[in-house]
Amino acid sequence: MTNLLIIAVSAALVNNVVLSQFLGLCPFLGVSKKTETAAGMGAAVMFVLTISSFFTSLIYNYILVPCDLAYLNTIVFILVIAALVQFVEMFLKKTIPSLYKSLGVYLPLITTNCAVLGIALINVQKSYNLLESVVNGLFTSLGFLIAIVIMAGIRERIDGNDVPESFQGMPIVLITAGLMSIAFFGFAGLV
Amino acid sequence: MNKCLERLYNGIIKENPTFVLMLGMCPTLAVTTSAINGCGMGLTTTVILVMSNLMISLLRNIIPDRVRVPAYIVIVASFVTIIQFLLEGFVPSLYDSLGIYIPLIVVNCIILGRAESYASKNPPVVSAFDGLGMGLGFTIAITILGAFRELIGAGTLFNIPVLPDSYEPVTIMILAPGAFFVLSCLIAIQNRIKRKKGVPASECSKSGCAGCSNSLCGGRHLMEAQAVADAVISEKEEAKA
Repeated sequence: MTNLLIIAVSAALVNNVVLSQFLGLCPFLGVSKKTETAAGMGAAVMFVLTISSFFTSLIYNYILVPCDLAYLNTIVFILVIAALVQFVEMFLKKTIPSLYKSLGVYLPLITTNCAVLGIALINVQKSYNLLESVVNGLFTSLGFLIAIVIMAGIRERIDGNDVPESFQGMPIVLITAGLMSIAFFGFAGLV
Repeated sequence: MNKCLERLYNGIIKENPTFVLMLGMCPTLAVTTSAINGCGMGLTTTVILVMSNLMISLLRNIIPDRVRVPAYIVIVASFVTIIQFLLEGFVPSLYDSLGIYIPLIVVNCIILGRAESYASKNPPVVSAFDGLGMGLGFTIAITILGAFRELIGAGTLFNIPVLPDSYEPVTIMILAPGAFFVLSCLIAIQNRIKRKKGVPASECSKSGCAGCSNSLCGGRHLMEAQAVADAVISEKEEAKA
């Protein structure tokens, strides 16, 4: 249990996926203009990342390893993730239309999110079992949600500020990300 | 022959993937903690880019149009796996310091971008040179960024101390926030140069990324993300109205 708690805290806060591992930067910078859309994107990433951690870990531990095919993990994972996102999209559309309406638009974007493949590979690298992988996936994406919502909140305020001309747009957003990253160092003592 | 040299020039200077096109930002930020890491990552990506461009160009008439993207991904992922094992076997120190970012080369948008926009339409030799040019451009760019961060953050260059002992290293530069700061300054400089030339800094040009003045659109992914976000916002506003 303590083990799982440590994984959770370190995934969500200490080793924040965007601010310290640089995974999933594209949606972090692209969809963080409004708090509402940022929260939607964060929720969709949480959904997909948790499911994909489960399936990639399942496939790795119970198919690839017993068959001595562990070296194929990169190829298998990327195909599984791409197929899974498509499948999740179709499944939601058929069964839970309300959820599809709020998350659906973000789903196709997530295939190209390197955080999804990154987490699957980290799970293998740290040799997490199935449960640990799912916890890691869930809390990593929670960390992503926290980071993107905070970022969106700050960006809404930056609009009203007087930013030097060359730094307008992306540069000031990156400076903000850097400062957030420093702030997240504060969590380093937790684990 | 001239065409090959033109591809090299194009990749290294004219359409430099990092400084001009702003592609492949994840590895650029993550592995530029030192010049050696940057150089290693750049060369690894170059090898993969040359091989995948060559292979995709050879197969360009065989791969059906509708399944081309999955096919490209499988080709790239295979080469990445091969390179990963070669690095693990022959350069274990680099393998350890790059870690998870080696398999993540699969989702580097430079590689799929070149496959889609160049290798799938051009003959093998020129495509290989295109990959070489782009790869070298990427290598040079991230080596410079790595050297810069290493110099300020640790006072060394390629692990050799170059600054006097009295220099107090600014450690934050080799940690995660430093990556954001360096990239931010880089884009700010670019914005400034572009403004001098009279190009507005934030408009998507119709000629595609090559002639685009938009900084850090991260290529297709970011543009798509923004389009979706805008669509969601306008949809919600419509619903309110």
